[in-house]
Amino acid sequence: MSKRIDVSDLNVYYGDFRAVEDVNITLDAKSVTAFIGPSGCGKSTFLRTLNRMHEVIPGARVEGKVLLDGDNLYGDGVDPVTVRSQIGMVFQRPNPFPTMSIRDNVLAGVKLNNRRISRSDADELVEGSLRGANLWNEVKDRLEKPGSGLSGGQQQRLCIARAIAVSPDVILMDEPCSALDPISTLAIEDLINELKDEYTVVIVTHNMQQAARVSDKTAFFNIAGTGKPGKLIEFAETATIFNNPREKSTEDYVSGRFG
Amino acid sequence: MFSGAALGAGALIVAVLFAVALFLVVQALPTFSANPADITGGRGFFDYIFPIVVGTLIAATIALLIATPIGVAVALFTSHYAPRRLARGLGYVVDLLAAIPSVVYGAWGASYLASQLKVPYAWLAENFGWIPLFAGPASGTGKTILTAGIVLAVMVLPIIASLTREIFLQAPMLHQEAALALGATRWEMIRMAVLPFARGGIISAVMLGLGRALGETMAVALVLSSGPLIASLIRSGNQTIAAEIALDFPEAFGLRMHELIAAGLVLFLITLVVNMVARWIINRHKEFSGAN
Ligand SMILES: Nc1ncnc2c1ncn2[C@@H]1O[C@H](COP(=O)(O)OP(=O)(O)O)[C@@H](O)[C@H]1O
Ligand SMILES: [Mg+2]
Repeated sequence: MSKRIDVSDLNVYYGDFRAVEDVNITLDAKSVTAFIGPSGCGKSTFLRTLNRMHEVIPGARVEGKVLLDGDNLYGDGVDPVTVRSQIGMVFQRPNPFPTMSIRDNVLAGVKLNNRRISRSDADELVEGSLRGANLWNEVKDRLEKPGSGLSGGQQQRLCIARAIAVSPDVILMDEPCSALDPISTLAIEDLINELKDEYTVVIVTHNMQQAARVSDKTAFFNIAGTGKPGKLIEFAETATIFNNPREKSTEDYVSGRFG
Repeated sequence: MFSGAALGAGALIVAVLFAVALFLVVQALPTFSANPADITGGRGFFDYIFPIVVGTLIAATIALLIATPIGVAVALFTSHYAPRRLARGLGYVVDLLAAIPSVVYGAWGASYLASQLKVPYAWLAENFGWIPLFAGPASGTGKTILTAGIVLAVMVLPIIASLTREIFLQAPMLHQEAALALGATRWEMIRMAVLPFARGGIISAVMLGLGRALGETMAVALVLSSGPLIASLIRSGNQTIAAEIALDFPEAFGLRMHELIAAGLVLFLITLVVNMVARWIINRHKEFSGAN
């Protein structure tokens, strides 16, 4: 199932340093939202607060609200572990578990919490998830081989298969193609287009053509200078951001006249 | 330049190892050609060496059975659970413990631990005496092979804890985050992304601990009141090769000296075999090690 995310007045801190300031944004269900902006403007930081992955970093904390279809992720008694099983994440560098086979990688999330799953259900889930990640045909004959033996692009699709195997509501992707060659990048972009039929997809990218190709809406983040917090400058339909932005800094950035 | 120096150093290590092995073999040879009746015990070298080989293995096994789980747990606690300041303090203490000379552990075992264990041993003999390992009567001094094993465990525990902690700290954040992002709890994340990564390193750490336990002389010599091979761990008896050599070598001459060197050769071979087995275990899963 796909869910909407509403963020209100979100500030993110690393210790005393405020990395992201006052973000208000709504990410629609069954759509792809792209985050763009210069590096260091807090895109990754903000993205990680959407599934509480920032809590892994010592000293990182959040003020504000993030609602998943109305439920506050930061409410009292909400377990980050539960949040992360609903909101999956794909990272910049492909990170399949090197000690697991391709099949076990796909099942890794499902086998958590000692959930029992029958052999046939597992087979079905592995095939379904790998098909969902457009990887099935390439790996169906070597499911028991290690995931680390795949190419970078295949590994990244394996990570996507692993993320969708737990049927999340939202999938967050932090520059998922930046370590990949152009062909693998296209494969992932095609996949993102298909994923939005079932999931809310949020993707950070530094590649503006990619944002234009895959996203429905685009959010532009910027910083006033080093040491200053990142801010959400403009959020609109992707076509608007690229052709007719409201803000001057957005226009400078998307037209490459930045900095 | 550097590669030349590295090659030289490597060659030097192999040469030293070879020289030691050669010395042991040459000096041990007279033992094997001697009249069996002249060997200690009067029934040949095998009958002489077998009990102390078994004693060595018993003491080392006890040490590892105790030290491995505790050492790994301490390491995991320092690397993944403790708040940063506590972790730093704990790490410092563990490293310090690893550097304490074994004779200190031996003195502690002999003067304190052994007498503390007298009562538990008597209890074991009374309640579990039907198990041959705990057959009574329990030692009146507490200086048994079990005490020696425990002292060895205390000695090797900081080594295992310190080395495995470094391995755990090196577990790639990349895969730990992957696990957490799937909704893993901290323990599940450790099982998915830390322990599999650290597997080879844990085995290596345990092997280094084992090496120290096998070769330890002073601690065992001080703590064990030795005797012939017996199954009971809580009676005086048993002996290890290293302690036997350390205790008897100063007065040994002639055949007895060759005999002790032969015992040293056997210890050397045990260590070699153990390390080969460890290598084999580590390499068995190479395909899944993440090295590719
Ligand atoms: N683990 C961290 N600890 C402290 N500061 C951090 C950490 N990660 C990122 N930052 C800081 O937060 C700001 C935003 O970084 P980031 O979210 O990585 O930007 P982006 O993904 O847009 O390039 C930067 O100033 C960066 O230096
Ligand atoms: Mg980033």
